[in-house]
Amino acid sequence: MAGATSMHLGSDHASRFESKAATRETPLVKWTILALALGFFAIFLLMPLIAVFVEALRKGWETYVSALVDPDALSAIKLTLLAAAISVPLNLVFGVAAAWAIAKFEFRGKQILITLIDLPFSVSPVIAGLVFVLIFGAQGWFGPWLSEHDIKIVFAVPGIVLATVFVTFPFIARELIPLMQAQGREEEEAAVVLGARGWQVFWHVTLPNIKWGLMYGVILTNARAMGEFGAVSVVSGHIRGQTNTLPLHVEILYNEYMFSAAFAVASLLALLALVTLVIKNWVEHQAARSYRETQESAS
Amino acid sequence: MSIQVKNIHKQFGDFTALDDISLDFPSGELVALLGPSGCGKTTLLRIIAGLEQADAGQVLLDGEDASSTHVRERQVGFVFQHYALFKHMTVFDNVAFGMRMKPRGQRPSEAKIRDKVHELLKLVQLDWLADRFPSQLSGGQRQRIALARALAVEPRVLLLDEPFGALDAKVRKELRRWLRKLHDELHITSIFVTHDQEEALEVADRVVLMDHGKVEQIGTPEEVYRHPATPFVYGFLGSVNLFHGRVDGESVRVGDDTLAHQTSDLAHGAEVVAFARPHELDIDTDPASTAGIAARINRILAFGVTARVELDGINGSTGQHFEVEITRQRVLDLGLTDGQDVRLVPSRLKVFEKDGATG
Amino acid sequence: MSTVKSFRVLPGFNLTLGYTLGYLSLLILIPLSAVFLKTAELGWDEFVAVVTAPQVVATYKLSFGASLLAAAINAVFGLMLAWALVRYSFPGKKIVDALVDLPFALPTAVAGIALTALYAKNGWLGQYLEPLGIKVAFTPLGVLVALVFIGLPFVVRTVQPILEDLDTELEEAAASLGAQRWQTFRHVILPILLPALLTGFALAFARAVGEYGSVIFIAGNLPYVSEITPLMIITKLEQYDYRGATAIASVMLLFSFALLLIINGLQAWTAKRTGRDR
Repeated sequence: MAGATSMHLGSDHASRFESKAATRETPLVKWTILALALGFFAIFLLMPLIAVFVEALRKGWETYVSALVDPDALSAIKLTLLAAAISVPLNLVFGVAAAWAIAKFEFRGKQILITLIDLPFSVSPVIAGLVFVLIFGAQGWFGPWLSEHDIKIVFAVPGIVLATVFVTFPFIARELIPLMQAQGREEEEAAVVLGARGWQVFWHVTLPNIKWGLMYGVILTNARAMGEFGAVSVVSGHIRGQTNTLPLHVEILYNEYMFSAAFAVASLLALLALVTLVIKNWVEHQAARSYRETQESAS
Repeated sequence: MSIQVKNIHKQFGDFTALDDISLDFPSGELVALLGPSGCGKTTLLRIIAGLEQADAGQVLLDGEDASSTHVRERQVGFVFQHYALFKHMTVFDNVAFGMRMKPRGQRPSEAKIRDKVHELLKLVQLDWLADRFPSQLSGGQRQRIALARALAVEPRVLLLDEPFGALDAKVRKELRRWLRKLHDELHITSIFVTHDQEEALEVADRVVLMDHGKVEQIGTPEEVYRHPATPFVYGFLGSVNLFHGRVDGESVRVGDDTLAHQTSDLAHGAEVVAFARPHELDIDTDPASTAGIAARINRILAFGVTARVELDGINGSTGQHFEVEITRQRVLDLGLTDGQDVRLVPSRLKVFEKDGATG
Repeated sequence: MSTVKSFRVLPGFNLTLGYTLGYLSLLILIPLSAVFLKTAELGWDEFVAVVTAPQVVATYKLSFGASLLAAAINAVFGLMLAWALVRYSFPGKKIVDALVDLPFALPTAVAGIALTALYAKNGWLGQYLEPLGIKVAFTPLGVLVALVFIGLPFVVRTVQPILEDLDTELEEAAASLGAQRWQTFRHVILPILLPALLTGFALAFARAVGEYGSVIFIAGNLPYVSEITPLMIITKLEQYDYRGATAIASVMLLFSFALLLIINGLQAWTAKRTGRDR
């Protein structure tokens, strides 16, 4: 189900089509398609993005900055970074392990496993939060036991981390599985014949081959981890200064009609999104380059 | 070092890749595993290397059972069909890889590694490419680097999977000669897999012919070519004409015609297939003659010294096609023309009893 | 005879597969099963009563209807956008191409408040739509707008690589056989794109049905009018009606599983039709 999040290694060859009579539309058709496509793009993507920054700065720099240095905002930033700092490495280790098992070995039920790994993509974030309430909440499976031992998971930081791990679960695995399947086993086998051991094979042979895919997955995971709203909203309890992440802080400010402050915090998240896109593009560019090089070597 | 395989069996689902294979590879020889694709030759090579596990049977290296030895400890050099060079490493780093992977205690110093790599690169005559990446090399160069990399760990045996398969015809010929020369220098027990009979006959000391997971024949190139043990081997090594018939005393009856044969132990009336190579057939233009098989000339291709005559069977062998190689001079002497009816007389005939396994 | 059944040349199979299965079970499978186990406490009649309550049914209609419509809009415009990105050169193309992924990267809450600001009565777009009698913010139309936004990249990103791989010779062959440009598109290009287009559609649809963050700000959340199913779950939770929440959640989950299987099938079809493996 990761179709739309997979690395995209295409290159710009529009002239290939525009230069040939058989693959070219009449100017009228071409300009109509361009106008519709770009109009759609402008209204649905560009304008919301611009609106965030314009609304954020509507009341001037001072309001903007004070919204960001507010203690509640700072603690939300801290919690957001913490949740990402825990969930990204966890899913990174999982992603590499899953891709290694799936891509390098044959076993029964592999296809089912791949489908199950995709599962969190198709589950509503709200349900992702709900499941942890059902398990760790006051009425949940472990609720009584947890309250007896004075451990808080739901409406506390551990719940937020769990929900974040859940929603970002498949990204890295889904990026690596097809990549490592396409690369096959031969190089790893060659390394083993030459005497390399487990970690040496992975470190010296596999990792250099998957580094761009890995980075790509990490960036997507991180963006989603920092921006997740629905799942985190269910398990957070919205305690200001304690269990509010940045997106939740945006919601609270907005609901209190502090629009400029809400947009100021939102602009921080929008910047994060833009930085993510820039890095993502750079990674794709690097990956495309190394892909082209290996293609040359295959010819 | 010698290699023995004993009663190796390998199954992939319903497909039997190797069926009770036992073979001896004497020390220092260069052996070809030859057969059509899917005959199990690559699987056998991978089992010897330890890259694949046999369902049953043993692999003995120097008389010792290596079946439970991990590929890492077997000290085999393996050259992969597509070389499997590490794309992100230079040629130098590729060749040095095996030495650098050794446990700290056994690992040579960087200086020693450098000397060894350069020595190996000189051996494969590519010393000047040390700093290049695999993507900057030609196919033939990659092949030689893959070989140098395999030799760097001082393997006891060298295993090559279709070593020339991915190369174009000219480079392939060159590399064949080079591999043979290299082997004569190093004398390391080597096995290579190929589906190309010319390659096997030209390079190897000994050829193992395989089909459908079974060994059909083992022998020197001369032996297998001159004295094929089975119809499969006959058909696989070079082009053939075949005649289906029945044994009738000293001859084989093919329809209304007869062919003389020298094989002594054939039962009277047995269904047989007789083989003759194109150069082992002669053409008789005498209309009164009754020896050999009646055929009509379809096309004469006479460009070089040897001419190829293509014929269609008539009488008993209608619908069959034959091919004869004779000198161009003989075509002229006989005055052969398209559409002419002639008789084919084998100078040498190999007869196999039919047992359903031949076609 | 030493037959080791679990023989593997490459290391780490047991370790990595074991870890994968353990982690998957612990974090995903067991938690999800909690939804069904909790629902089972309800009993069939009560379950049916909860999930077919009129207010809940109204949310299904809105969630599924708006999601389908949004996915359809994205299929049409996404295809055009992918076409423009692959086939035409225009200034700023690289930026457009990069920004297509914005809905993946932008937190949904941010998207929600931004869209609300745009379509509110005095917003950049709302001020022009209002006089025309078109109300977007705080109506079902607002839900649709948010769902179009978050589903936008899916169709573009599934169709784009297929378009890029398309051999120009196919179209040249069609042209040489006398086909008009439209005929070539209809009979040659579209059949090749179709599996990817449907995959993108299904992905956008699946994402839209479960979406929460970007919708709740713009929807207004009026019962029977602009309330989506995920919000219904949250509302029940806030009322400490855990059983009701899980009952609705299990209906959504079953639907998601079915959709996931359909999408997997579609992706296999794409791979088969185009010879790509992803």
